[in-house]
Amino acid sequence: MKAITLNRKHLCIPYAAFLILFVILPLLVVLYYAFTNATGEFTLENFISFFSNTNTIGTLFYSLALGIVTTVCCLLIAYPTAYLLARGKFKKRSVLLMLFVTPMWINFTLRITALKEILSLIEGNIAQYPFLNSVIGMTYDFLPFMILPLYTCLLKLDTSLLEAASDLGADKATVFLKVTLPLSVPGIVSGVTMVLLPSMTNYVVLDMLYNSTYIMGSLIGSYFSAYDWHNGSMIALILLVIIFLITLATNRFSDDESSSRGAIL
Amino acid sequence: MKKVLPVFWLCLVLAFIYLPILILAVYSFTDATMVGTEVSGLTFQNYINLFANEELRDMIVGTFVLAIVVSCIATVLGTLGAIGAHYSKRLPKTLINGANEIPVVNADIVTAFSVCVLLIILLGINKDTFVPLVIGQVVLCAPFVFLAVKPKLTQMDNSLYEAALDLGATPSQALWKVVLPQLIPGIVSGFMLSFTLSLDDYFITTYTKPSSFDTISTYVFNATKGSQTEIKTALWALSTVIFLVVVAAVIVTNVVSRRHKEER
Repeated sequence: MKAITLNRKHLCIPYAAFLILFVILPLLVVLYYAFTNATGEFTLENFISFFSNTNTIGTLFYSLALGIVTTVCCLLIAYPTAYLLARGKFKKRSVLLMLFVTPMWINFTLRITALKEILSLIEGNIAQYPFLNSVIGMTYDFLPFMILPLYTCLLKLDTSLLEAASDLGADKATVFLKVTLPLSVPGIVSGVTMVLLPSMTNYVVLDMLYNSTYIMGSLIGSYFSAYDWHNGSMIALILLVIIFLITLATNRFSDDESSSRGAIL
Repeated sequence: MKKVLPVFWLCLVLAFIYLPILILAVYSFTDATMVGTEVSGLTFQNYINLFANEELRDMIVGTFVLAIVVSCIATVLGTLGAIGAHYSKRLPKTLINGANEIPVVNADIVTAFSVCVLLIILLGINKDTFVPLVIGQVVLCAPFVFLAVKPKLTQMDNSLYEAALDLGATPSQALWKVVLPQLIPGIVSGFMLSFTLSLDDYFITTYTKPSSFDTISTYVFNATKGSQTEIKTALWALSTVIFLVVVAAVIVTNVVSRRHKEER
């Protein structure tokens, strides 16, 4: 009997080794590079230079603003959509949902190319409204990732709770605000975690739209092309801290099944 | 009357999602080099360029080969990891689950940068061997396979495995013939997810790829920087082709799954 249990457990050894070597170790290396200089000596210089430079601090706040505004826009568009899809009386609900998430399977660079052509047509020079267009671009790119977790969450919502609330005299608005909305928080949380961080770092969207970017991702990109691994690692580390804080803040709201990007399929 | 507003909203959102792609698709059949400019004639030239240009063809084939290789490795690793973790004691299980979450919540660019620093800068592995690229993309994909297989393991009826053992199967036979078939839906969706993640990936590819190799993402990105209109409009054709393939795939899966339900 002992041999059997050992046998099954050992199946995870290759994956565990893989995770240690290529997920955990790289992060430790980034930590090491962030606090050393080119000669390998310990230094706080990268840390200080990030926080004393108005450009990099500005970039941090610009990315945060862009990320938050994009997330709010996605939420405002996705919530009513997911609500109507999950709770509306439509026939062929799954086909309808497919319509909304199909774009996920089209390469995002091609989608942004399409968006850029249309925006240029409407606005003329896109670079005139960088923030507005950044928000449009990011929302366009990440909207399906917000719709899907919200839909899954709203679909499995227990209808008897809603009926009970209205039987007990709550009007429609109250039922929504006091029952539906609180119960859909896990969906909102996993949607937010899927949109907030990418929209703070995906500089490709902005770079394709108007050839220049001012977000955290592009800082890593520019240090990368300048072969400056130490300052690049410091940016990566700061992003990791932000990710950690977001995870910490949202952890208690998320339920296991619909957590993060795992909800896609 | 009550249904008008919801339908209107859904149409509005669909328009936002699809209009750019559809307008680009229409223009891909014309000789215009910019959307909105005057069209003087309809032509398939963009599609001819797409399939005749060797560089474009190699890039598309390369993207798909890479996606298949990466998805296969990620599926095997992630599935084995999920099975092993399921039967492990609490502590190793928590550790693996936790480590598995890191690439999932992490920004792609941080994953890409850290893998690049470890493999290429610190260990000095040559980019041209494709090793850093494949490893990097597996880091991105395998955790999703793990997450796709995990729920199937918890839903699985454990007594079937015990029954197989009682009936004389060896543990590995029982695993292969009893446990694994129950996980197939999870494994398939994990594989599909890996495939789309790999196809869509820009950051890991750009940080770890050989300099002469391009995937669709990196190629399109670089092409928008260039001024070759022939390439640019050929990419409109590519976008249209991919759109049609995806729509066809969605329709086929829907029809197949409906047949499946009817048969039952």
